[in-house]
Order: sequence, then C-alpha cells, then structure tokens
Amino acid sequence: MSDQALAGRDEKSDVRVALTRGGPPENEIVVRSSVVRLYGPQIRRSVEQTLRTLGVSGVKAEIDDRGALDWVLMARVEAAAKRLFPDLTGEALPDRSSPTAPTVRLRLRRSRLYLPGVNPDLMQNAGLFKPDGVILDLEDSVAPAEKDAARIMVRNALCAVDFFGAERMVRINQLPAGLHDLPAIVPRGVNVILIPKVEEPTHVKQVAEAVQQIAARHGRHDPIWLMPILESARGCWNAYPIAVASETVCALAFGAEDFTRDIQAERTLAGHESFVARSLVVLGARAAGVQPIDTVFSDVENMDALRQSTKEALALGFEGKGCIHPRQIAVIHDAFRPTDEEIRYALKVRAAMEDAERTGSGVISLGTKMIDPPVVARAKRTLRVAEEMGIDVQALASAPA
Amino acid sequence: MAEMVANAVGRRVPTEVNGREQTPFRGVGKFEPTGRKAAPPIPALHQYALDKRVPTLRDALEKIGLRNGMTIGMHHHMRNGDRMAVPLFDTIAAMGIRDIVFAPSALFPCHEPLIKHLESGVIHHIEGSLNGPLGVYCSEGKMRGMGVLRSHGGRYQAIQDGELKIDLGFIPAPSADMMGNATGAFGPSACGSLGFALADSQYADKVIVVTDNLVEVPCMPWEIQGMNVDVVVVVDKIGDPEKIVSGTTQITKSPTRILIAEHIADFIEAAGYLGRPFQAGAGGIALASIKFIADRMRAKGLRAPFARGGSTKYLVEMLNEGLIGAILDGQTFDLDGVRSIATHPRHVPTTPFTSYNYHGKGNWASYVATAVLGATEVDVKFQANVVTHSDGYLLHGIGGWQNTLFGDCSILAFPLFRGRIPIVMEEVTTVCAPGEMIDVVVTERGIAINPLRQDLLDRVRGKGLPLTTIEELYAIGQKLCGKPEPASVDRTRPVAVVKWVDGTVIDTIYRVDYGEKPA
Repeated sequence: MSDQALAGRDEKSDVRVALTRGGPPENEIVVRSSVVRLYGPQIRRSVEQTLRTLGVSGVKAEIDDRGALDWVLMARVEAAAKRLFPDLTGEALPDRSSPTAPTVRLRLRRSRLYLPGVNPDLMQNAGLFKPDGVILDLEDSVAPAEKDAARIMVRNALCAVDFFGAERMVRINQLPAGLHDLPAIVPRGVNVILIPKVEEPTHVKQVAEAVQQIAARHGRHDPIWLMPILESARGCWNAYPIAVASETVCALAFGAEDFTRDIQAERTLAGHESFVARSLVVLGARAAGVQPIDTVFSDVENMDALRQSTKEALALGFEGKGCIHPRQIAVIHDAFRPTDEEIRYALKVRAAMEDAERTGSGVISLGTKMIDPPVVARAKRTLRVAEEMGIDVQALASAPA
Repeated sequence: MAEMVANAVGRRVPTEVNGREQTPFRGVGKFEPTGRKAAPPIPALHQYALDKRVPTLRDALEKIGLRNGMTIGMHHHMRNGDRMAVPLFDTIAAMGIRDIVFAPSALFPCHEPLIKHLESGVIHHIEGSLNGPLGVYCSEGKMRGMGVLRSHGGRYQAIQDGELKIDLGFIPAPSADMMGNATGAFGPSACGSLGFALADSQYADKVIVVTDNLVEVPCMPWEIQGMNVDVVVVVDKIGDPEKIVSGTTQITKSPTRILIAEHIADFIEAAGYLGRPFQAGAGGIALASIKFIADRMRAKGLRAPFARGGSTKYLVEMLNEGLIGAILDGQTFDLDGVRSIATHPRHVPTTPFTSYNYHGKGNWASYVATAVLGATEVDVKFQANVVTHSDGYLLHGIGGWQNTLFGDCSILAFPLFRGRIPIVMEEVTTVCAPGEMIDVVVTERGIAINPLRQDLLDRVRGKGLPLTTIEELYAIGQKLCGKPEPASVDRTRPVAVVKWVDGTVIDTIYRVDYGEKPA
C-alpha cells in the first residue's frame, strides 16, 4: 500500500488533491487556491466534511485549487481517498440541486453532446447549449487509470448539475467492466445508459437486469432507458435481436470509428464502407419500434460537412447524431428540421383527411390526387415532430408560401 | 488622514487627495463646473528652430528643465509593447531627480519594473490605471501618494480643468519629423491612433516627442502637431511591434462566451438597435457579438452610420462591406486596423476629447446606441466595478469604460462566474458607476434589464429572449459558487480613489489586509 494518493488535474475550474497517510488523529488540511481569500474557509470545510463522511481520519490533505466548484472538489477528494484506502465504500454526495425528470421512451433525440467524464469544466454549462441529451462519458474519453475518478465525477455531476432539460445520459464502459459503473449512476437520476460495443442481446439483458436490481434497491421506479451502441460487424448484424432484448431499449446507436476498424476498412468522408451497416441499424431499430441514432461527427470546424452528414443520416432513416462541441448542436437540429414546404404539405394532407372524415368519404384526396394511408401517416409524423421541435406550425399554415 | 464623507452613492470618500481638495460624487449630471480651462504657458516662436532634435533622452530632459516633484504624462498606445516608460525613469533616476508624479493614460504588465522607481523614490506616486503588479503594490499600501483612477475621458477632463497639471508630456511616436509632427499610422512600431497623446501635447508645459522612425518634414498626417512640441529625440526602438497590436484578432472559442455574444445580438435586435451607431469593444465577448451583429445587419439589409471604438479586423470588414459608414477609432487593436486607418478615408483616429470628454460640447460615446462592456462585479442595484476584485485588490484601470456608459443602452456582458468567483454580488467592492448607468446585464444564464429601463423591457418582452432579473442572477451565482468571504481591507487606510467622469470622487480603494501574504 502506498502512503500517498493523488487525484485531479492542474486545470482551470479543477483541483489537485494529495492525501498522505499518517500523522495525528485529526486530518490536516492545507489549502492553496486561486480563490483562497474568498473561498479558503469553505474549501477547508468541504474537504473536512467529505473526509468525515467517508470515515477517513489521520491524513494530510493538500489542496491545489484553481477555482473548482464544490461538487468537483468533493469528487476529487473522494477519488483520492478511495485510492489511498481501496476498501472505502461510502459515498460523499453533493447536495441534490439539479432537477431530474423522467423521460419517455420515444422523444426528440436529435443531438447528444459527449462530455468527457474527467472534465468537470465542460459539464457545468453543457445544458445551456440546449442539446436534446448530454452524455457523461466513462468510456473512450477516460484513460484507464482515471476510470475510478471519472465514475465519482459523473455521479456528482448527476447530483449537482442542472442540464436545463437535456436528457441525462451516461456512456458506461464496455462489458463486463461497465457493470461496475452502474451502482454509482443508476440511483442518481440518469435517464439513458449507453452501452458501448454491444454484439449480443445478452449484453443488453445483463445491463437491464443489473439496472433493475439497483433501481429497486434505491426505490427508483421511473424508467431508465438503454441505448446499445453497435460498432462492430457482429453488433450491426444482430441489430434487431439487440433492439428487442429488453423493453427498456429506447434506441440503437451506430458507432462508425470502431466499426470501420472492425471490418478492416478506412473511414471516408463519403462513408460507403458503413452504408450497409448503418442501414442494418436503421432496419433493426425500426423493426423493433425504437429510434435509430447515427454516429458522432468529430470534425468540429467543418460545419458544412456536418450539415451534409446529418442530411444523409436523415435520408437513411436516422433520427439523431452525436456531437462533441456545442457549436454542432444548432447545425444538427436545423438539419433534422422538416422544411416549411414539408410542413405546409402535411397540413394540407391533414386538412384533406379531416374533410374526408367529416363527409364520411373513404377516399382522401388532395385536389385531383388520391392520398394513400402511408402519406397520411407520414404527414401526421411530420406535424408531430415539428411541434416537438417548437416550430409554430399554425403560423406556417397562415403565412404565404 | 483626510476627512471622509459619504457621497451620493453612499460611499465614504476623502475630501482631499494628494494635497488637492476633492468634490464627492453628487449624482450623474449634478456637478456643474465653473471657471476657465487650464492652458499651457505662452511660447515665443523665436525660441524654436525647425530642427528640435537632441541626441539623447537625457539631453531632452535637461533641455526642458525636469525637476523634482514634476508631473509627467504619457499615452499608452504602445500597450504591452512599450519600451519607453522604463528607460525614461531609468534616465531620471540617473539624473538624481526624485518625487515625480507619473500620470499615464494606462499601464501594462511590461511596466512592472517601475516598482523599483516607486521604491527608490524616483516616482512619488502614479495617477492613472494601476494594473497587475503595480495595482498589487498600491493595494498593499506601499505607494507614497494616493492612486487616482480616472477614465480616459476623465484624464482629459482633469487636465482641462487644471486638477491634473502635466509638466512634461512624453510622447513616443511611431513616426515623427524633426519638428515634432507625429503619427501612429505607420513606422516599425505603428500603433494606429495616437489620440491619447493629444491632451499632453496641447496642455503640458513642455512636450518631448520620441520616435524610432524619423521621416522627412512634414510627417503626414500629423496627429500630433509640431507646433506643440519642444524637443524631438530619435531612439533605436520605442516598442515591440508584436505586443503593440496583435497580428490578427481571434474571436473567442469558448462556447459559453459565444453563447453570451449571441444573447447580446438577440437583445440588440429585439430592442431595435440594429443599424444604429455602436461602441465596439475588443474584449472576447464584445468582439464575438460584433460578428453576430454584422450577420444580422446583413440579413436585414441594415447599415449603421458609424461605429466607435477599438478597431479590429471585424470592424474593418464591416466598413469595407458598407455595413457601417465610418470607424471613429480610439485604439487600434490589430494589423488590419492599422492598415485601414492609414488608408481608408472614413476610418479616422479619434481622441479622448472627441470621444469621451466631459468638458466638451458633445462627445461621440454619448451618441452611440449600444456599448458592450465587461465588469469585475455588478450588484443587485446594477452598480458596477471594473477596477478591484472581490478580494479588494486593485488590478485594472477604468479605461474608456465609464465614458462609454453614456450611450443609449449600456450592456455589461460576462460569464456568471469566473474560476468560482461569482460576478453578480449583493454589493460591489468598489463603485465605478452608479446603477442608473447600467441598462442591461447579459450572461450565459439569462439577460437582466435594469428596472429603470421600463422602455427596454417593453420593447423586448415576448420576443423569446432569456429574460431574468438581477436578483435571480445573484441567487444562481451564490448557489453555484457558494457565498464568498468578504474582502479583508483596512478602512482607515485609503490607498486610491476612483473618479467619476466629471472629476468628483465616486469611491475609495483601501489597503488590503490579509496578514501574511497567502501561500
């Protein structure tokens, strides 16, 4: 066992914590901070309180702070304490100050903003950019040595951060390690759990069962949805069985980066290498009645390419796209927006349908054209989505085309 | 210690500063100056030749008769690239002269070496912005006289009404001729406008022009007139070009700051200010907002008659595209700005007299519709602070900030907290502007409009803006960051005063008192 443990980063809005074993029975706390004159006493109290909650005594805590908010400081202290004393099991939770609301199985999931689980600075304001979902990531953006700290940070963020109505998502680690992420996040108001590299229905079943047990233990009865990410040949091939593996699956997401590596191809801008796989994901999801969600677009500078890529995803049948920078959100939302012409046409179809119902006619017609049921269904969907997106449909109906 | 009295914003201020009697702040527009403007001594033409050059800085200082206790004024157009202030005081120290009052229009981190001249007694005290290390020196009570913080307009005002008498105007100039005609538009140390040097050239008893680019007579365009200049000195280098102006001005990449800039543009559009004259700041958020404003003006086919301010590439692009009719330039921030001011007939340098002056019969800053500005603190009464931090330390100058509040709508924009420090407070540490001067506060978490501006509220309501109240912003900041400890200052030890634009004293800055220097 080592005598000292470190946690945290020397970054703005973060803090480095060094805990050293030994010394007097009381904890000794040394605070160095960019805000020591304004927050020194509070930092000291918070560190002391966190250590007491965890049952840690007789350590020297050296705090090198660069303006971390309290929930971040608490997570760093807890991570260092658990590194110094691996048997610690307690949790020092920040005050629950963020509103949590359950979400429904099918809702707008156009954009999901990935936030590295090690970077609290990006989490605090993420909801201000109005993505449909925020993903607190425990997987690829977190180095193996930081998985423990990220889990605590993500848990505290779920407790303390207001995401302003964005769906609260967490990407756990690949199974089986990912199962160990669940106890920290399931009781803390997560809405959707993303499961990476799913290849078999059993992967989903394992997570669904574990989630259900933990939720029941904590008295959580609101739904926690699962979004399997298919990012291998095997996973895409099994899209449908995976989508129906649990009733809590709300969507299937495609992961292009790992997929192209798996099939031993190169990822290209045109994306021919993943065309069939993406279509398989769409087919599997649609067959199961869940949402198909496209991969992440990772070039944060090229907004034209993002718009193009999102339009292509829409054309293939996808309903959502992943992003890694707030600037991408508006572009994605705009690309998924039905055009004014589509909305006006849908309104005409709906009016024709209502006419037919009123007159008792079995045939719906628009001008001289007969309208088939799929067209009616599509029109209804267009109008529902437009309203979900906050588009003033009636204003379009009255405005000149 | 001088007597302290409460002023119109309830702050206690000294009635005497550095031996001069002071008027406490009486309210905006309540102080009526009387008397006649100050004037320099009357020179006689026969004492001056066309060629006013002397070989060295020391020769120049000897020639104008620098003595103990004199006041030296200097502009700050060289910004953090200035290479003249420190050699000036090194020379004065070598001449054995002491107790100089230094009154620059601003100071920068490159001026930290002046601390040794404050310590040795060569400089008695500084009346001008006290930034960074010099601010810390003053805050810790080490300066002999009191700091006097004035806005850019306030410096001109104090020189004109005689409170600030400049004995020597010291003017580094990127190009000058042997008669003293000078410009900042070109030369290896080109800085664009030289407007901050105008008051020194007109009102100082003696004027020295220093250049590293001597040009043929006449130096054109002469922003500084040779008729006001006593001595010219040619040196190797007056500044570091890359620190005077930036090569290109970068718009912030911070998503939060871009979001705030979008909120600003949304507000300006909703309030009907698009296409009206505006003040263009060079801060990250203000700069990003200019780009959004340009996009919206273009989309709506609108054009503004002029923009005032720090010119940058983005403002120059608007001028060239015809979105604005003129740039009235007080400070030139990048190379595109420097090139444009030298070539474009409707991009002209302005001075604190034309832009900001209180003793003028008009000024441009009062005629803009909107100004986007920053602050270190704002309180629930909309009072704002730009000079001290919440821990009491004096770290910034006022610049043109107070002066640009006089447009129709002053907008303070900032992230609600910076490195855990909330910006909206119950009560600001130092009042630099009374609440009635601040119209709107824009943050990433909402826009608060001063209840005194019911007209603005009426204009923007129902247009989808994230409207909130200043009390709500205060509450969010306290919830996210926690309530900070109060600043620890010694209220029996004033170290500096903040002047309002009319020369009255609006607040006092005290010696900080944290016992041992915090580790």
